Amino acid sequence: MTAPAPIELVCPAGGLPALKAAVDHGADCVYAGFRDDTNARNFNGLNFDDKALAEGVKYAHDRSARVLIALNTFPQASNWSRWTAAVDRAAGHGVDAVILADMGLMDYACKRHPQLRLHLSVQGSATNYEAINFYRERFGIQRAVLPRVLSLAQVEQVIQNTPVEIEIFGFGGLCVMVEGRCALSAYATGTSPNCQGACSPGKAVRWEQTPRGMETRLNGILIDRFADNERAGYPTLCKGRFEVSDGEMSETYYAIEEPTSLNTLEMLPELMRIGVRAIKIEGRQRSPAYVAQVTQVWREAIDACKRDAAHFTPKAAWMAELNKVSEGQSHTLGAYYRPWK
Amino acid sequence: MKISLGPPLYYWPRQQMFDFYAEVATMPVDIVHVGETVCSRRHELRLDDWLDVAARLREAGKEVVLSTLTLIESESDLKALRRLASAVPGDTATHNFLVEANEMGAVRLAASAKRPFVAGPTLNVFGPATLRLLAGMGATRWVLPPEATREMLQGLQAGRPDNMETEIFAHGRLPLAYSARCFTARRFNLQKDSCEFKCLDFPEGMALKTREGEAFLTLNGTQTQSAKTYNLLGELPQLVADGVDVVRISPELAGTRELVERFRDVIDGSAAPRVADDDCNGFWYGKPGLELIRP
Repeated sequence: MTAPAPIELVCPAGGLPALKAAVDHGADCVYAGFRDDTNARNFNGLNFDDKALAEGVKYAHDRSARVLIALNTFPQASNWSRWTAAVDRAAGHGVDAVILADMGLMDYACKRHPQLRLHLSVQGSATNYEAINFYRERFGIQRAVLPRVLSLAQVEQVIQNTPVEIEIFGFGGLCVMVEGRCALSAYATGTSPNCQGACSPGKAVRWEQTPRGMETRLNGILIDRFADNERAGYPTLCKGRFEVSDGEMSETYYAIEEPTSLNTLEMLPELMRIGVRAIKIEGRQRSPAYVAQVTQVWREAIDACKRDAAHFTPKAAWMAELNKVSEGQSHTLGAYYRPWK
Repeated sequence: MKISLGPPLYYWPRQQMFDFYAEVATMPVDIVHVGETVCSRRHELRLDDWLDVAARLREAGKEVVLSTLTLIESESDLKALRRLASAVPGDTATHNFLVEANEMGAVRLAASAKRPFVAGPTLNVFGPATLRLLAGMGATRWVLPPEATREMLQGLQAGRPDNMETEIFAHGRLPLAYSARCFTARRFNLQKDSCEFKCLDFPEGMALKTREGEAFLTLNGTQTQSAKTYNLLGELPQLVADGVDVVRISPELAGTRELVERFRDVIDGSAAPRVADDDCNGFWYGKPGLELIRP
């Protein structure tokens, strides 16, 4: 019998208070970004300047937690030096790894900072072991974050065929599309996760109370309309209600995905058994209170599962806590559960 | 300026696909991409059928490129990919063709087999450093990601490695996103694994409209496309100025020949470009993709 694989809890830090909340509530790692479009959560009021990062790294390291810096957008000829400078800054702060998506930037990082640990971002769109081993051979990546598109059996297949550690999304907002391969927001608003580091950006959002109900729009495009008894959600492009005709009848429904969050807590024993190395909590754009709450529940759950995986069941209280902070107050296993596809 | 036909994005019945490519053989197109790039469940044509199509197109004088699946999930997907992209001993059928690698697994296989390849539009080549690396691995042509702007293209062209051709998606509904979920099956409350191959009933995809009836997107199985047609016909002089070598036209159910001929005529200077009011080209100008800017 081999011992169950150690599994890490990787929590979001949109700012210093969230970083501290994550560390205080049991995160093994926190991930964060700089205050610009070098990362895929480029939102107003979010992220770290050098002073905050220095304090954050010290706070985490003093408490045996690690800090990962996401530099996971795609640099271009006109702004290349800003991305390489961001890699240098991260290395200078003594962070524990950088999370990259662009091959050119990986090449720069592994040559300039050979000691710096590289993680392949989910934005790198690597969904199979050939792709992951490619990044390993070329740039020495030590961990890959999988896009939220594989079933659990497919995740296991990846793990069995690569020496690279595998990190998966365990909880939070659910991207339905392969990350790094979605230009829906760019098409509708001109702001893309790949290049500007944001999806369905706030500046493009309009809320409008009309006689037909509350309407939410992105750059003028109607994403959803809510009756008085419905709770109007943020107009994330892929979580709206649209009309699709089958040729005879038109139906209005959540054509791409419901407003719902990913929650894999009940799969924890399986995730450990197949050798998932780290579980990522989504939500750098969420509040420190969210981070504290979700980190605490997942810490308790992971510890309980480590003690006795065979008898692990998610406590009702944990699920209730997590549902409270979930989009649409509901959750899904996403693609890990094959029928979702 | 060469014209290429992109891989077929929709799922057409077997005979219809054969008929389509028999006609393509007679169109004034230089390069033809064949193979299934959207969904591994689509099997009206198997790999050997695609190789037959490829061989016939080459006899007709076309350069043929074998395009790989964009989202590789399972071991059986990988098995098919290996046959396409790497050197399987004894299998010479695929070796004669260039491969378009649409994800990094295909790049790894092609590079380790020392086969030249096309870096496809989903590889996210936004920066010169990435393009140089791909050249070193054996890429001989690259395709600009559809969401990229003219400014990004110019930055890449300025640092373009030697012997590297540049291709750009110039006409068709934009492939905007890929998922493991099938949105066509979802419309019928079916799971992907038992999808009844509903895509066959929608040879141009399913129109997705907003609740006020505005055409917004097109559902094509696991792929989501724009509702509008991306059209860079009016920008052809800019493409020439920027050193683009190949313009890509996405195959359509009807009218592909006319499209190819129109592009050929505009390239030759014998016709003026025509752009419809509901076409779009915003990405090229750094605007929302659905906008239309008149040059």
